[in-house]
Amino acid sequence: MLFRFLRGMLLLSLAVFLAGCKSVVLSPSGDIAQQQGNLVIVSTVLMLLIIVPVMILTAWFAWRYRASNTEATYDPDWHHSTSVELGIWAAPLLIVIALGAVTWITTHTLDPFRPLARISATQTLAKDVKPLQVQVVALDWKWLFIYPDYGIATVNELAAPIDTPINFQITSSTVMNSFYIPALAGQIYAMPAMETKLHAVINKIGNYEGFSANYSGAGFSGMKFRFHGMSKEEFEAWIQKNKDAGNKLDRPTYQALEKPSEREAVRRYAQIDPKLYDAILNLCVDPNKMCQRDMMAIDAKGGLGLAGVYNVGRLAYDRPRARGHGESEAERAYVLSLCTIDRSANPTSLSLTAQPLSAAVIR
Amino acid sequence: MHETTSNLQQLLLGRLGWEAIPLHEPILLMTFAMVAVVGLAVVAWITKIGKWNYLWTEWFTSIDHKKIGIMYIVLALVMLMRGFADALMMRLQQAMAFGDAVGYLPPHHYDQIFTAHGVIMIFFVAMPLVVGLMNIVVPLQIGARDVAFPFLNNFSFWMTVSGAVLVMMSLFVGEFARTGWLAYPPLSGIAYSPDVGVDYYIWSLQLAGIGTLLSGINFMVTIIKMRAPGMTLMKMPVFTWTALCTNVLIVAAFPVLTAVLGLLSLDRYAGTNFFTNDFGGNAMMYVNLIWIWGHPEVYILILPLFGVFSEVVAAFSGKKLFGYASMVYATIVITILAYLVWLHHFFTMGSGASVNSFFGITTMIISIPTGAKMFNWLFTMYRGRIKFEVPMLWTMGFMFTFAIGGMTGVLLAVPPADFVLHNSLFLIAHFHNVIIGGVLFGGFAAINFWFPKAIGFKLDAFWGKVSFWFWISGFWFAFTPLYILGLMGVTRRLSHFDDPSLQIWFIIAAFGAVLILFGILAMLVQIFVSIRNREALRDHTGDPWGGRTLEWSTSSPPPPYNFAFTPRVHDLDAWSDMKKRGYVRPTKGFIAIHMPKNTAAGMVLAGLATVFGFAMIWQIWWLVITSFVVTVGAAIVHTFNNDRDYYIPAEEVARIEDARTQQLAGQA
Repeated sequence: MLFRFLRGMLLLSLAVFLAGCKSVVLSPSGDIAQQQGNLVIVSTVLMLLIIVPVMILTAWFAWRYRASNTEATYDPDWHHSTSVELGIWAAPLLIVIALGAVTWITTHTLDPFRPLARISATQTLAKDVKPLQVQVVALDWKWLFIYPDYGIATVNELAAPIDTPINFQITSSTVMNSFYIPALAGQIYAMPAMETKLHAVINKIGNYEGFSANYSGAGFSGMKFRFHGMSKEEFEAWIQKNKDAGNKLDRPTYQALEKPSEREAVRRYAQIDPKLYDAILNLCVDPNKMCQRDMMAIDAKGGLGLAGVYNVGRLAYDRPRARGHGESEAERAYVLSLCTIDRSANPTSLSLTAQPLSAAVIR
Repeated sequence: MHETTSNLQQLLLGRLGWEAIPLHEPILLMTFAMVAVVGLAVVAWITKIGKWNYLWTEWFTSIDHKKIGIMYIVLALVMLMRGFADALMMRLQQAMAFGDAVGYLPPHHYDQIFTAHGVIMIFFVAMPLVVGLMNIVVPLQIGARDVAFPFLNNFSFWMTVSGAVLVMMSLFVGEFARTGWLAYPPLSGIAYSPDVGVDYYIWSLQLAGIGTLLSGINFMVTIIKMRAPGMTLMKMPVFTWTALCTNVLIVAAFPVLTAVLGLLSLDRYAGTNFFTNDFGGNAMMYVNLIWIWGHPEVYILILPLFGVFSEVVAAFSGKKLFGYASMVYATIVITILAYLVWLHHFFTMGSGASVNSFFGITTMIISIPTGAKMFNWLFTMYRGRIKFEVPMLWTMGFMFTFAIGGMTGVLLAVPPADFVLHNSLFLIAHFHNVIIGGVLFGGFAAINFWFPKAIGFKLDAFWGKVSFWFWISGFWFAFTPLYILGLMGVTRRLSHFDDPSLQIWFIIAAFGAVLILFGILAMLVQIFVSIRNREALRDHTGDPWGGRTLEWSTSSPPPPYNFAFTPRVHDLDAWSDMKKRGYVRPTKGFIAIHMPKNTAAGMVLAGLATVFGFAMIWQIWWLVITSFVVTVGAAIVHTFNNDRDYYIPAEEVARIEDARTQQLAGQA
């Protein structure tokens, strides 16, 4: 019975493998994902070199040395053999050396922060090619894509021309998410106040699924978007379609957009505030908030001393975004701003370098 | 006037109010009704048969390691029911919620369920199972009369219970965390999880964590200081070796958990910014710290079960364990490497290629000693006489299942492969593959193996086999589809899907979960049938399987003092060696035995700690202060209790040992 079961298991694992061959992870449409998918197969095969013999030996020994088989040798004191023990440490060691080498190399070549070296297995990267820049912001619970070079932005829809390198800059507005388009490339976390990068390329025209691969709260299941791989002409038309939409994504629009909402329809913005992504990353879309970058600069110069204590209330980022019934921070107005992004609109701001810090603090 | 009332209410009850009772959730109300009915029935039954006094004096206040071990395992099995009910609910929801169908669980409820499932299965099923086994077996294997700190042992158990009580309470008073089982900030911070859920999470783990840490210290000292004369480290049974390594891991890892949850509490209660977005807080620190505890935790769970498999394979192959020394070194290597791999849980954070490959390769290196262990079990079977009793079946099931789980684990350790599989259902399938296939199968092997030793009669073999076949087929039906779905790019923790072509896989997975349900039911039937047939199944010899280690040299169940005379050890597999050299059991010359006394202090302290945890969760500050002061006070008062030991008189020892002599004579 055990052995019939084991045979079933083997067939089952074969079925898994075959079904897997139709999977998006193993046969994606982007070169990076393709290399990652191939790596999954290579590593599995490498390990099967040792797993399969172990499983066969287990089944064979279990059958051969069953208690009812009195013909088999019984040697109750056999418990040591230097050669066997060398073998059982050496065999996994050899596999790990091979797999470790593969790991070291591919981890470096497929590092998401590393610019692409090729377009696909058959296409090299042209020297003068200009990558498509996309800034990605994970919002509660939708995705914002900003195209700085085109001055447009979209929600829950992403498009890119095929065979063109795409450089993603990725951040999040509130909690951790993971930016993942299985057909394009492996995922990378989207984290608030931090930026991750992803370099990828899509090689086939198509309509692909993208989503958050890290649980982020109530609306997580609906946090999906479509990713379109397009021809150059289609992509230009798509850009134009966004430009025709007419809306502008400025700071107030963004602040309304970032409020939690679920299963949002696609939105298009013909114009963007060019400094918006930077402000999102530095937690200072609200012009009354100090940018993280400036805060770090102050700290690097030794901080504001006691006066810094009063700075705190006005700088809180999380509390105003609180979900549910979190209480709000008591109002305690002191430093309005030290160095905000848009100085012309905010004449009270002070430059860090222009005045000594201690004098710049209390308004 | 109204404001005064609400102020008064806040002063008295903190955040607690009627709205905390989920009267609007029919599923919870039904659960509550069921728990209440079953609970009352059990209470009524115990009252009717008049066993409260027995339970109190013989069990709750007992500091006998064997009884504490049994209580740990009962706790693990009870919590397994709860954790498995969560699993069934998730499987059902995921099999239903496609397209327009939203299923029966809204995200608010579903998200609590997957969080609770993870927390319960790791902290309140796997941990008590492992600690319970160590409790029952370790002192017997090393020829000791109890653990080094018997009272602490009882206290540890009740602290674990108090954590479990808080988790269960969150079902009916308030709610549990909706963050996933490791509660990553900023999501678990006060801003994005303002409710009591994360506080229930924090305080239940903090209380249970104290218990675990104390038992880690306890067992380390026990194993190092209390071995029978002659039992050098390299003559120690393999299970004890793995237990020692696990406890080293516990002592080094659990303080990190306590600290990181402490920092999260400060963020939530005191407005600090360790893991918030603003003011230089950094959630990545939390993720690093929690996995610096979390990865060793995985080995804390699996190592003792590796020990179990070693004992079982040797016993049922009728052979010495192959490669004892390499088994021990493999265990030690795993213990050390367990601290060098934590980052593989978040390659996708973007740490950079060199860091990622370092942690990927260290992870692969762990598979070398693990592989060596696998081969050692294999070669123990070689030239053996293998009896496929229930514990051996579980071991065989483990060897096949764990090999696949180990392989997918190493695959996930390759960072670029992890980028496409991280957080996918492939990952879920992988870790269930090793935790169910390793920890649970090992636990079931161990329960079937040592049940006669702990209780005095064997478990029914037929129902044991039924349970095994349901479990193993259910496991593969439930998790093979998840491997496939993961390769299709489906991520975890979703409560709704759009693509209808995926549904069939979730239905197969749900079917697998139902098979596992039958496996669990068969196990309950097995226990019930065995209790009914206990006379036929009784073990008079003390050595029902032809065991090799010292625990099989005593009666089943052992007397309170375990060994009338401390055994002398001359070789590995001490009991085998004694049997071979014609050991004669001493029948006279008994002397009085010095033993620790039962105490209610552990239960009282843990009860007070539960009140403290509850008060912290609901911010009932007067109760926080009171319960804290009383807990510390009670602990101090207990230190002045000098009435902690007694002697079992020589006549009593002689009486017990004579009864055993007659029992053995009746066998012969």
